[in-house]
Amino acid sequence: MSVLATNYLTPTGREEAWRFTPLNRLAGLHDGTSTTVERKSLALKGDLQPGVRASRISRELVPSVSESSDAIVARVHSEVEDVFVLDIADDTHLADAVHLFRSAGGSDGAELSQVRINVGANSTASVVVENSGSAILGEDIEIVLAPGAHLTFITLQEWANDSIHTARHHAILDRDSTFKSVTITVGGSLVRLLPTVEFTGPGSFADLSGVYFATAGQHLEHRIHIDHGVPKAKSRVNYKGALSGEGAHTVWIGDVFIRAAAEGTDTYELNRNLLLSDGARADSVPNLEIETGEIVGAGHASTTGRFDDEQLFYLMSRGIPVDEARRLVVRGFFAEIISHIEDEEIQERLMVRIDSELEKVGQ
Amino acid sequence: MSTLEIRGLEVSVITDKGAIEILKGVDLTIRSGETHAIMGPNGSGKSTLAYSIAGHPKYTVTGGSVILDGADVLAMKVDERAKAGLFLAMQYPVEVPGVSVSNFLRTAATALRGEAPKLRTWVGEVKAAMNALNMDPGFSERNVNEGFSGGEKKRHEIMQLELLRPKIAILDETDSGLDVDALRIVSEGVNRAKAANDLGVLLITHYTRILRYIKPDFVHVFANGHIVEEGGPELADKLEEKGYAEYVGS
Ligand SMILES: Nc1ncnc2c1ncn2[C@@H]1O[C@H](COP(=O)(O)OP(=O)(O)OP(=O)(O)O)[C@@H](O)[C@H]1O
Ligand SMILES: [Mg+2]
Repeated sequence: MSVLATNYLTPTGREEAWRFTPLNRLAGLHDGTSTTVERKSLALKGDLQPGVRASRISRELVPSVSESSDAIVARVHSEVEDVFVLDIADDTHLADAVHLFRSAGGSDGAELSQVRINVGANSTASVVVENSGSAILGEDIEIVLAPGAHLTFITLQEWANDSIHTARHHAILDRDSTFKSVTITVGGSLVRLLPTVEFTGPGSFADLSGVYFATAGQHLEHRIHIDHGVPKAKSRVNYKGALSGEGAHTVWIGDVFIRAAAEGTDTYELNRNLLLSDGARADSVPNLEIETGEIVGAGHASTTGRFDDEQLFYLMSRGIPVDEARRLVVRGFFAEIISHIEDEEIQERLMVRIDSELEKVGQ
Repeated sequence: MSTLEIRGLEVSVITDKGAIEILKGVDLTIRSGETHAIMGPNGSGKSTLAYSIAGHPKYTVTGGSVILDGADVLAMKVDERAKAGLFLAMQYPVEVPGVSVSNFLRTAATALRGEAPKLRTWVGEVKAAMNALNMDPGFSERNVNEGFSGGEKKRHEIMQLELLRPKIAILDETDSGLDVDALRIVSEGVNRAKAANDLGVLLITHYTRILRYIKPDFVHVFANGHIVEEGGPELADKLEEKGYAEYVGS
């Protein structure tokens, strides 16, 4: 065990990036007062498919390939012993998803973890990261897509309700690559995710979607940041959240930057929140900064609303009881994103989880 | 044999400026097999009557009663009213994003019949109902009313009427927005439901055209929140010719 050093700018809560986060519930991840444990909870499930390699490599040999102003990410970069590296070779087309599991099982100390996913040129792959159990976790996942690479990246935050999890999911997209992410956050006491995208080559496409459901006392935060620094890249963001119960709090930030060089950019971001009870709060802040007018399109929308009584009435007028009608409407709300997950077992598991979150609403 | 008795029904909507009284004492009795047409000017309260019977939360009943076969409809929740045998084909059917027609129909049929219909016969039943209304089978996989044209929404309502087999149905301007052929097809659907289940029908309309297909036994003129005249089918022709001038205002 070692005490984290405090050689980074420690957030105070006044910073724009931290103003929504209850720092006192971060268990010292942000200011170094937490003790770290030597736990390496991430593991690969199943056999390796041809063209896939998973290894732990000493940090010195796998330096970070991106910058971050986030204090916890910076700490991960300087503290971890080794990096979990997943390599997918060039010209590989994986038949099955690569499953990574993190079953943390311990909140006796904080785990810091760095992950690198390299997707080779002209390869097609899916990676699923499943998080469950109790944990205090500071994580950084860097994803590097070579020219022509296509990656579907699914993360499931199905944590136990005492877990604390901060993570950056940083994707770097080279020419003609596609990065499709689905971020699901339903568990945890405090989850703060930074899905960030950096384009390094034209013709690339980032498609970020997410689902979150916060019940009483949960703080679930997603801060998206997309940096269009090269011409002719495209990005889409679509996150949907539901909230219920006293103190349920969600934060969605969508920062999109279109730099002067990024002519031909096409971007649209969307966040919708469904408030299922009083006492819950959804913050939703889309933000677009544009330095060139030579773009295909740029837009955003954000809505936060209550249950649609008309929809409930319509369903109930056909004999459907109120609980079932609510379940249909909420499932329907999320279906747009969940039905696109190319894994039926995960789809069904999530719908069941949403049903059970919903059952807490009436109580 | 079912009877829906509406007695002295008074209904208000609550607004920022207080309650506004819309229904001012409606009396009407509908029995199995009977078809009652209600005609009346815009804003007279016809949809309010329809929604109040179905239990829409927007409307507050301030007086009167609605009894179906001895049971107090106003004391029932919305789904219970459907289970008791009431059906409302809405003037503006609601879109329900992310919920497929097939899932919706099966959930409704399961709730109303008390058990899930056998999958094989059910699929056939839905197909036949769609077919009869000239609906593309692809509608099954679309979300409820989402992106449906006006006429498609109305066909979808009548398809539900046929599948869910109520005792008494209220059709709120089901004919509005239908082209000539669709009007005939939809009317045939209503007549099939009448024949199959001895359905009682309360048909709200602005036009006599639909009454050529669905023959009313009684015609009621609705104005200013209540029924102002009653008669047989000939009353509809008179209204078409002379309008509502003698019933409203002055
Ligand atoms: N929230 C509200 N505030 C004020 N007035 C309302 C409200 N809701 C309904 N009304 C009024 O109630 C009256 C009756 O409406 P209703 O929809 O029942 O009429 P209708 O007879 O069905 O008309 P139409 O033939 O146009 O369909 C209308 O004048 C309408 O403006
Ligand atoms: Mg109306």
